[in-house]
Amino acid sequence: MPPVLDVASLGINFGGLHALDDFSIQVGNREIVGLIGPNGAGKTTVFNLLTNVYRPSRGSIKLTGKNTLGKSTHEVTRHGIARTFQNIRLFRSLSVMDNVKIALHNSMNYSLLAACLRLPSYWKQEAEASETSLELLSVFDMESMAGYPAGSLPYGAQRRLEIIRALATNPKVLLLDEPAAGMNPSETAELMRTIRDVRDKFDVAIILIEHDMSLVMGVCERILVLNYGLIIAQGAPDEIRNNPMVVEAYLGSQREGD
Amino acid sequence: MPGLLKRTPVRYALNAAAALGLYIVIMSLIGGKVLNRYQALMLIPIGYNIILAVSLNLTAGFLGQLPLGHAGFMSVGGYAAALFSMSVSLPPSFELPAALLIGFTVSAMFGVVIGLPALRLKGDYLAIITLGFGEIIRVIILNLKFTGGAYGLKGIGRQTTVTWVYIFVLITLYVINTLIKSRHGRAIISIREDEIAAEASGIPTTYYKVLAFSISAGFAGVAGGLYAHYLSILDPSTFGFMRSVEILVIVVLGGLGSVFGSVISAAVLTILPELLRGFAEYRMVIYSLLLVTVMIFKPSGLCGRYEFSLGDSIDGLCASIRARILKKGGGGDASGS
Repeated sequence: MPPVLDVASLGINFGGLHALDDFSIQVGNREIVGLIGPNGAGKTTVFNLLTNVYRPSRGSIKLTGKNTLGKSTHEVTRHGIARTFQNIRLFRSLSVMDNVKIALHNSMNYSLLAACLRLPSYWKQEAEASETSLELLSVFDMESMAGYPAGSLPYGAQRRLEIIRALATNPKVLLLDEPAAGMNPSETAELMRTIRDVRDKFDVAIILIEHDMSLVMGVCERILVLNYGLIIAQGAPDEIRNNPMVVEAYLGSQREGD
Repeated sequence: MPGLLKRTPVRYALNAAAALGLYIVIMSLIGGKVLNRYQALMLIPIGYNIILAVSLNLTAGFLGQLPLGHAGFMSVGGYAAALFSMSVSLPPSFELPAALLIGFTVSAMFGVVIGLPALRLKGDYLAIITLGFGEIIRVIILNLKFTGGAYGLKGIGRQTTVTWVYIFVLITLYVINTLIKSRHGRAIISIREDEIAAEASGIPTTYYKVLAFSISAGFAGVAGGLYAHYLSILDPSTFGFMRSVEILVIVVLGGLGSVFGSVISAAVLTILPELLRGFAEYRMVIYSLLLVTVMIFKPSGLCGRYEFSLGDSIDGLCASIRARILKKGGGGDASGS
């Protein structure tokens, strides 16, 4: 089966800095891939390149065989790559429901005129969108919060809402940027279940950036380690745990003579 | 029954009835000489200021960008509408709406042309660039032959009546309201909330920025057309930077992102300078002090982001009356036992 996401030798320079170089990855359907590495290794840069927030200097990105390079971010989203953000970016003063309905924008197609004249297409699609968003929220037990402003939710719920909003765009690949940041161990354990649930229920491949090793080792089937913009190791969690290159990247090498 | 008013056809009928009722009240106040001729004429500036404020609120309040060239679009629409109505002779009940439609279209096109480069910038940069465009429009009009240049454009038919203004205020409110409560409106608001997240959620942000900007410009053009056919003369010097600021003041005072607030604020700020005429030279001091006071005690504007909905208000009223009756009933039971 061909990979859902096929990235070949992706790279970008910021001035003279090779922020990312020769990044290649194939992600299969329903696969969960972890992306780890020390701070500044280029993990979030990978996400920004995949969603075309930055234009890559070189390389290619193919989503189910189609080239997404050079498309704008919203087109990439429509093609099937959705993401969450390291520091939560919700539409804070809007209701939870509206947050999800904004992401359903492209699943509706009534025109401006239909909106202003309130034609049947408006009523039908709006009703469907409300129903879909409630269904999505109920998967995460959040339907009771539908009317609250997103900014008023507790932290964990905001993280979940961001995942729901990403799922509402009906992605094939979901990019999670540090979903466990700021969570306590029991919340992280729950997040691990959530991530598996998402994969099973929504049939998506997931790439996640995370510093919490219990989450990465627990949920990922394959892990890529980045350091200074280069992949220094990849493999199953157990291989990565014992890889001397990875240990060195995180802890530094032993000095000679010590 | 709270469920009854939740049904949309009922709500539409209710709003239409209320709009018609208000119109009858206004016309009978004028007809019955409760409002004198001068006060009746004040209704027209209130009307076009409402259109200006509500349309600016679309970009300033809902899109979250700060343009300072609204008077420029008002003048474009005003001149376009006036030049149209002066060059044709259509039946009176048809000429003004046609002229205003021309005003809307021309102004909206200017909105697209100016919006495309200007909306690449944000915040204060956008404010300055739109201010620049507004001034450019004014200077161009000042130097063109067919606009009458600095002499102004004279002899425009006085066709703006209270009825026409009322109709176009309603149209503006209706279009902006229905737009906001649709997928297109949500897309516009999502840009205000977080542009990066909006783009990542699949919203074509550039398209919606330009769309909101040009609709806003279009309605400013309608207001300009009403203004032109009210004064019967257009003078480029009245469309300067200060008028853009005045409109922005109305919007900010009413509440960025509240259509209802813009309506109230436009009415208040149009009447206020007239009411303060008794204070002679202190008039503008008091006016300014009032603005300062509101901004200190209610920085989000008079209405914040509150939206008035007739249906909701009646529902709320019914609910509170019912709650009161039930409470009384409950209290009676308690004392009885």
